Amino acid sequence: MSNRHRIQRLGFILLGLISLIVVMPILFVIGNIVVQGIGAINWEFLTAMPRGGMKEGGIFPAIVGTLLLVLGTAVVAIPVGIGGAIYLAEYARDTLWTRILRLAIINLAGVPSVVYGLFGLGLFVLFLQFGVSVLAGSLTLAIMTLPVIISTAEEALRAVPGEFRLVSASLGGTRWQGIRYIVLPQALPGIITGIILGLLRAAGETAPILFTAAAFYLPRIPRSLLEPTMALPYHLYVISTQVPGMPPRVQYGTALVLLTIVLSMNAVAAIIRSYFRRRREW
Amino acid sequence: MEPKIRFQNVSYFYGDRPALRGVTLDIPPNAITVIFGPAGGGKTTLLRLINRLNDEVEGTRMTGRVLLDGQDIYTPGVDVPLLRRRVGMVFALPLPLPGTVRENILYGPKLAGVRDQARLDEILERSLRLAALWDEVKDRLDDPASRLSGGQQQRLCIARSLAMEPEVLLLDEPTSGLDPISTGKVEEALQELKHQYTIVIVPHSVQQAARVADYAAFFLMGELVECQPGRDLFTTPRDRRTEDYITGRFG
Repeated sequence: MSNRHRIQRLGFILLGLISLIVVMPILFVIGNIVVQGIGAINWEFLTAMPRGGMKEGGIFPAIVGTLLLVLGTAVVAIPVGIGGAIYLAEYARDTLWTRILRLAIINLAGVPSVVYGLFGLGLFVLFLQFGVSVLAGSLTLAIMTLPVIISTAEEALRAVPGEFRLVSASLGGTRWQGIRYIVLPQALPGIITGIILGLLRAAGETAPILFTAAAFYLPRIPRSLLEPTMALPYHLYVISTQVPGMPPRVQYGTALVLLTIVLSMNAVAAIIRSYFRRRREW
Repeated sequence: MEPKIRFQNVSYFYGDRPALRGVTLDIPPNAITVIFGPAGGGKTTLLRLINRLNDEVEGTRMTGRVLLDGQDIYTPGVDVPLLRRRVGMVFALPLPLPGTVRENILYGPKLAGVRDQARLDEILERSLRLAALWDEVKDRLDDPASRLSGGQQQRLCIARSLAMEPEVLLLDEPTSGLDPISTGKVEEALQELKHQYTIVIVPHSVQQAARVADYAAFFLMGELVECQPGRDLFTTPRDRRTEDYITGRFG
C-alpha cells in the first residue's frame, strides 16, 4: 500500500472516530432514558391522572397540556412567521427599517428562554390579564419560536431561483401569484423544517411556561384557553426537584414520553423534507 | 403599415449608468425584427421595456415613450399583467417552471382565469404545435419539464409564451444555450410564427441575425445606429460602425 493511501486510510479512521464521539452522547442519553423509563410506560401512565402526590397514576394532563401548548404556538407562530418571511424575502426593500427588523429577529433568536417567560408574565399574564393560562403560554412560546421560523423560512424563500419569479411575471402573473404558485411550493420543505424545529423547541422548553401557563398539580384537562395546564417539561422539573421520594421510574418515564414526542416530530420533519426534495427539479 | 411597437426618444438608466440613449425605433407587425450588437448595447433592456419586466428592477429611470398599438404602455393605470399577456417573452436560458410539461404551458392561461378543461387542452396542443414540439412531447405531457432536453425545454418556453395568445413575442438570445440542430428547429418555428405574431429577437450571433431578420436594428452602447430591412442592412449597411461589426472587424 502506498504512503498516500495509508494517510487516506488513517484520515478515514480518524473522521470515523470523531463522528462516533459526536453520536455517542446522544445514543447514551437516549439509551439511558429508554432503559430506565420503559418500565414506567403502560396504558395507565399515558392515560390516567396523577395520583398519590404524583407518585402514582399517570401523566395524561401533562401530555395533553404540552400538545395543547404546541398547537397554540403553531396556530400563532406559523402564519405570522411565514407572513414575516414572505415580506422580508419577497417584498421588503433594503431600507433602514428592514435592517432594524432583521437585526431584531437575529437578536430575538439569542434571547434566553427565561427572559421570554418573564416577558410573557408581564405582557400576557398581567397586563393583558390572560392569567396563567394556555393562551398566555402559547403566545409566549410563539414569540420565542418566531425568529427560528422567520429566518429559516426566509432563507428557504431566497434559495428559490429568482428566474422563476421573472418567468411568472412574464406570463402575466402578479408578484403574489408568483409567490403563491411557484416560490412558496418550492420553499415549502425548508419552511416546514423551520416550523418543526421551532415547535420542537417550544415543546421542550420549561422556562417560558414557568410563569405563564404551567400548573404544579392540576389533575384534569384545561376546560378553556384561559386555564393553566400541566405540561411535560415543567412536570418533569417538578417531579425531579420538588417532590421528595419520587420513584426514578416515573421521572425517567416522563422524560421518555417527552423525548418520544420531540423525536417523532423530528422524524416527521425529516420525512417531509426528503419527500419534497425528491420532487424538486432544480 | 402601422408599427406594432414604437420607441419614441427612449432613454433608460440603471442608477446613473445609461443603458439606452434617445432610441427612436418602429417595430412592424407580423415580421421578425432583430435587435443586435455587441454586449452591453442595451438590447435586453430594450426588450424588457416592451413587457415592462424592468419594472421589477430597483433604481432605474426612463424618459421617452413606448407605444404598443399607439397606446403609451407607461402611462399610469396600465394593467401590467395584462400587458405581459399581450407581450410574451422567452429568456436566454430555458427556464421551465417546476412541474410538468402541461403545468408549464397552462400556468399563464390559468392565471388569466381560463378554467374550461376542453379549452385548456386545446391551448396545450395548439401552443406545443406552434413551437414545433407537439410530436416530441405528446406522450410525455405529464412528465416533469426538467426531463426534456435543452432544445425541447427552450421550445417549451416558447410554447408557454404562445399559450397566452400574445400579440408580440420577445426572445432574448433564445438559442444561446442550444446545439445547432435545436437552434435550427427554433429558427424554423419562428419563421412559421411570424405570420401571426410580431417577433422581436436578440440573436446570439451576427449569423443568426442575418438568417432570421426581416428587419434589423444595430445597437452600440445604448444607441440605435441604424435600422433597415434585414437584406439591406446585412448587404449594404449605411453606417460604417455597422459594417465594421457585421464584417467582424470588432465585437
